[in-house]
Amino acid sequence: MLTFGSIIVQALHLALVLAAAPLVVGLIRWLKARMQGRRGASPLQPLRDMLKLLRKRPVLAENASMVSEVAPYVACTASLVALACIPSFSRGMLLAPVGDLILLVGLLALARMALALAGLDVGTGFGGLGAAREMSFAVFAEPALLLCVLTFAILAGTTNLDLIAATFRDGGLGLRVSLALAAVAMLAVAVAENARIPVDNPGTHLEVTMVHEAMLLESSGRHLALWEFQAALKLTLWLALLSAIFVPFGTAPTGAGPLAWVLGLAAWLLKLGALCFALAVFESAIAKMRVFRVPEFLGAALLLALLAAALLFVSTGLA
Amino acid sequence: MLTGLLLGIGLLALLALVAAGSGWVPGQERRAARAVHGGCLVIGLGFAGVAAAKLGMGLPEVPMALPFGPPWGAAVVALDGLSAWFLLLLGLSGASASLFALGMPPETGRVLVPFPLMLAGMALTLIAADGFTLLLGFEVMSFASWALIAADHAEAENRAAARRYLMFAVLAGACLVPAFGLLAGPAGSLEFSALRASPPEGWRAGAVLALGLAGAGAKAGLVPLHAWLPPAYRAASGPVSALMSGVMYKVALYVLARLLLDLCGPVQPAWWGVPLVVAGAVSALFGALRANMEAEIQPLLACSTIENIGFITLGFGLTLAFRGADLGPLAALAAGASLLHALNHGIFKTLLFLVAGAVRNAAGSQRIDRLGGLIHAMPVTALAALVGIGAAASLPPLAGFASEWLLLEALLAGWRVSDIVFQVVVAAATALVAMAAALAAAAMVRFFGLVFLGRPRSPRGAGAREAPLKERWALLLPAGLVVLLGLFPGLLLALAAPAIRVLAGPATPTPATPTPAPAGLVLVAGEGASTYLPLAVALLLALVLVTLWFLVRRRSTGATQRGPVWNGGFSDPPPFLHFGDPLTQPGAAGFAQPLRQMLGSALLGAREVVMMRPPGDPRPGHFAAHAADPTPGWLLMPLARLRDGIAARAERLRDLTIRGCLSLSFGTLVVLLALLAWLEAR
Repeated sequence: MLTFGSIIVQALHLALVLAAAPLVVGLIRWLKARMQGRRGASPLQPLRDMLKLLRKRPVLAENASMVSEVAPYVACTASLVALACIPSFSRGMLLAPVGDLILLVGLLALARMALALAGLDVGTGFGGLGAAREMSFAVFAEPALLLCVLTFAILAGTTNLDLIAATFRDGGLGLRVSLALAAVAMLAVAVAENARIPVDNPGTHLEVTMVHEAMLLESSGRHLALWEFQAALKLTLWLALLSAIFVPFGTAPTGAGPLAWVLGLAAWLLKLGALCFALAVFESAIAKMRVFRVPEFLGAALLLALLAAALLFVSTGLA
Repeated sequence: MLTGLLLGIGLLALLALVAAGSGWVPGQERRAARAVHGGCLVIGLGFAGVAAAKLGMGLPEVPMALPFGPPWGAAVVALDGLSAWFLLLLGLSGASASLFALGMPPETGRVLVPFPLMLAGMALTLIAADGFTLLLGFEVMSFASWALIAADHAEAENRAAARRYLMFAVLAGACLVPAFGLLAGPAGSLEFSALRASPPEGWRAGAVLALGLAGAGAKAGLVPLHAWLPPAYRAASGPVSALMSGVMYKVALYVLARLLLDLCGPVQPAWWGVPLVVAGAVSALFGALRANMEAEIQPLLACSTIENIGFITLGFGLTLAFRGADLGPLAALAAGASLLHALNHGIFKTLLFLVAGAVRNAAGSQRIDRLGGLIHAMPVTALAALVGIGAAASLPPLAGFASEWLLLEALLAGWRVSDIVFQVVVAAATALVAMAAALAAAAMVRFFGLVFLGRPRSPRGAGAREAPLKERWALLLPAGLVVLLGLFPGLLLALAAPAIRVLAGPATPTPATPTPAPAGLVLVAGEGASTYLPLAVALLLALVLVTLWFLVRRRSTGATQRGPVWNGGFSDPPPFLHFGDPLTQPGAAGFAQPLRQMLGSALLGAREVVMMRPPGDPRPGHFAAHAADPTPGWLLMPLARLRDGIAARAERLRDLTIRGCLSLSFGTLVVLLALLAWLEAR
């Protein structure tokens, strides 16, 4: 629907998520620091870091190819397009018909592949290690995610995110065990996809335990800024996705006016803040696990998601 | 139109004769190669043109009886929607492979003779309208491709690969012949119209399903009948493997679809889909996992072919199930997914095998551990490869994603068949397909990242040069096609509508709706379900990419600086290794290590043996990784034991006395006569 309102909502949404992405990362770092008894840097620090990195000249390895230079833009683009389709304060955005969950999985895969290829470009040991692990984790995360999508598709009859959010809010589904199981599975996938503790440690300096950072060891300057921005976009994307599906309350419906938008914005900020707080608590309370325990972690998510779908088959009289 | 196709097939046979003839005239190889591949190129384009005309203009389908054929009737040919769709793929892929072969150093008569014969056999299989002609074409294709695999027969490994291939080809024939026999029933007519009129029932239907799945599956490389596939690809050259992987499996799948979805009629129950869904999902997972373990690029791509064959078979299975449950639009969705994926995979896998051929010609090896850093020496090939791996890893907005989107949408609608067993099977299949897709992405990253990125791993690989002009064109054309196929899948589905109607039933809408967007630009998954707008996604990505680049470069104006690589603290390589020490790079086995440990140990029996010396011992430690596909062991070893047992028993017959020999012959005669009498009495 190409209406004026949808274009405005889309533009506001884009501006909102672009501003929110570095803040989300900064907020989680600040909250974690507080919980661990440190003062912590201001939540604006990631933004300042990125701006500083943009001013610096990038240094590439002698044998780096075009891939190192193009990949950060591609990954950022894919993440941004995916994030642009996820409803934040209002539904009925311009890109709502594009916002399909399978497309979202595809865009995430595009960003992941760009990152892995950039890690392999120079041919260093760490880059290859990180790329191999990143691609291997996805092998367990993607099926779990798609089984969650199956649950949503059964309940809402569609894989379009906007329609799913609308159905879950207005359809009177109530509290469902399946949705709870799917929520746990999706949280696990989100943690793995964003390279957070316990799968990976975003703040580590011990190379052997790194996955995500290991691929970025050779990037610098604006390339590093773009990679950090991409990580922030991806984290925001997952938080926005979780809140759009599981807590769709307060979001302004399609075609609503500015007052509903303000309410929706407040609700969205509240939801994102709560999710950031939960993530900070979780990360502070748990230790990083061994790399080869990750398949068990994600395998449990996969089983939970399968259980969610199977429960629906049995309970709702679909059979 | 059919006359033209038959003429093309005749010309291909003639080309084979010419190639065979030129073998006696020394010094004519170059000219013969040019004639054969040029002819194949023109005929391939002709096939594609005829097929597109048939699909686009909806020309009427009139079966044509040939003036010759088997003793009991004429051979019949026809071109319906399904045939035309696969003929389009055959034409496009055959033309690209021939163009690439034109640019390569000329091949010997051992390749030149069977190459056009294989094309002719495949075309004959596709346009056949009776069982005999179909099997004739199928067997011509099988034996011609056997000759192609055996072409480089000086190496014992290739001979073994060809022998194993032949064994599976014979198995395929041995299953398909009785399948058509059972289908024909007592009436005995093998014409497709007659077969459709009397669909099999009861045990005969089950037997046709089992035999058809085994026969076509053995040829298409469905797990567990895939043991011949990776070694065969180690032996074949670039264009040959492109043709085999791009088209030959698709022809086998065409036979599967024709046999089970068309000739068995629309009356079969919904559970018919379950064996196909299971075989497809398992093949997808196994193929994709094996692709991550292979150490050479052609077997790696071949294993990824197993995965894609699995996806297509899965789509056919879903079509059968939805059709049996009276869910017409969903059946059309699944059929559209399968057909689109067959075409997409045919094109992008042709492209990738041609890339492998170019790499082999330029760098002299197909072992990943001897390649590396080729993007600097071969930028055009690398670009084509990048498009190919993007499509193979099903990244939006390239070709592979559109068809996988349709397939996943069909899978996610599988719960609408109200049978809890099927629902659970489909939910498991969804997980397996997603896992296979992620594994394929990992395999493609491994392929591109280790072969084209990084540093060279051997002096021969470091001396690689860009492919010659004709080869480059043969790479760029399919690469462009992959992009186009990805951007306009809706138009393709509209083109495939006649084929979808053959598979899903006559009165089903196609998954591409003309409204409200401009015709054919949108993929729609059923009523009220989601949509995929590839062109919009592509434009959006391009727009954001350009804007982002513009904004970043406006703020960050510094030029890029080059410096030595840090490489995690490794010392500088010795001076004789001017491209760096290859051992400090991730290798083929190293990149596969996480997956080998996470999945390989359970599914492929992967083992790692680490031998660490005690502290103070200066000798080097050892690490060995090993992964083997267990299915050949399960499947082939009992057969081999059975063969040996029978042979040992038959050996004993030689020691019989003359009286024993006579009574054996007499007894056999009596038994056969009794059998005849019993059959007559029924």
